[in-house]
Amino acid sequence: MVIAKTVDGEIGIMPQHAPVLGVLVEGGVLRVKREGESDLVAAVHGGFISVADDEVSVLAEAAELGSEVDVAAARDALDRAQASVEANQEDADAALEAKRARARLRAAGEEV
Amino acid sequence: MGAQLRLLRRRINSVKSTAKITRAQELIASSRIVRAQQRMQAALPYEREITRAVTGVVSNAASVDHPLTVAKENPAKAGVLIVTSDSGFCGGFNANVLREAEALRGLIEGRGMQYIPFVSGTKGVTWHTFRQREMGGQWTGFSRNPSYADAKEIATTLIDSFKDDNGIDEIHIVSTQFVSMLTQNVVVRRILPLEVEVTEATEATVIPPYFEFEPTAGDVLESLLPRYVESRIFTALLQSAASEEAARRRAMKSATDNANELMRILTQQMNQARQAEITQEISEIVGGANALADAAAGKE
Repeated sequence: MVIAKTVDGEIGIMPQHAPVLGVLVEGGVLRVKREGESDLVAAVHGGFISVADDEVSVLAEAAELGSEVDVAAARDALDRAQASVEANQEDADAALEAKRARARLRAAGEEV
Repeated sequence: MGAQLRLLRRRINSVKSTAKITRAQELIASSRIVRAQQRMQAALPYEREITRAVTGVVSNAASVDHPLTVAKENPAKAGVLIVTSDSGFCGGFNANVLREAEALRGLIEGRGMQYIPFVSGTKGVTWHTFRQREMGGQWTGFSRNPSYADAKEIATTLIDSFKDDNGIDEIHIVSTQFVSMLTQNVVVRRILPLEVEVTEATEATVIPPYFEFEPTAGDVLESLLPRYVESRIFTALLQSAASEEAARRRAMKSATDNANELMRILTQQMNQARQAEITQEISEIVGGANALADAAAGKE
């Protein structure tokens, strides 16, 4: 089963799902539940999920597997982004950056 | 005679050092083609999927009217992205692209539209500035190793201009397609507005499934199309990078071959000149000795 976060909310895709094309949110976490194996988790920033013919493809602008996330770097980025958000509420770039960093940390299995 | 010999020797040396340079360039280009080809291959799945998704949306939601899909009624300006290389030493690579762009310019102006070039690569930019042609945009510095961010930058400029009422109404790309190590073709494609092809369904064509959209078809298209344009531009940049190296390798190979041939001819000429010099010296000595002997015989 694939769980992704689209702009409408979370979507879970089981085998035989009807064809769907969804827009993913910025800084979302994608989870693939596999039988007899641990989940495959990835931080996905923007992009699409398309389901057709029992095949799920995720097209993302940037993505990172949870196991490959540099936790220290992500936490650092989050701290910096949050500091600039606090300094300037309208800093959209920093807010986005914070969202991304949070998604990376969540993908890595860290508590945020 | 001695002067000619010296001249030939000097020319041989200069040709030899040129051959060394072209040979090195050839080897560098060969090793780079492989990497450029791998990057091209790596980008293929993304482009395929995104093209499939766009096809899916457009063929399922015919009612979707998006500024990026609808051809304007009176197109006035056409933007043309010309992909050239940053450095030379690659034979007719840039000349071919620019020639094709000029042909396209004729077509566009023939339709009564204004032609606005957007140029990537130093060679194309200098070509346009030299002729004092105004450019809608110019990008340099990444022709050998384009990144997705570069493609995104170009795409953003083009799409912004496309959405602007006074901006361009069509987007074309002129770039080089990498077919194989030996074949690269210049291709001209219109990427926006999308060309809707009505095709007969055959057994071979995979009919895109009927999609549900999340949240709506319009929203999906809104964020899908810029990605699609970016991906098309990225592919064009990667193909052009691989083609550039292939063209460079070929140009440098023929330059090295020519240098070797020239060296062979010059060496032959040099040997002839040397032989002629020796022959002349001998005949001078023999002639001189004979003259001396005759003079001595005359005295006695």
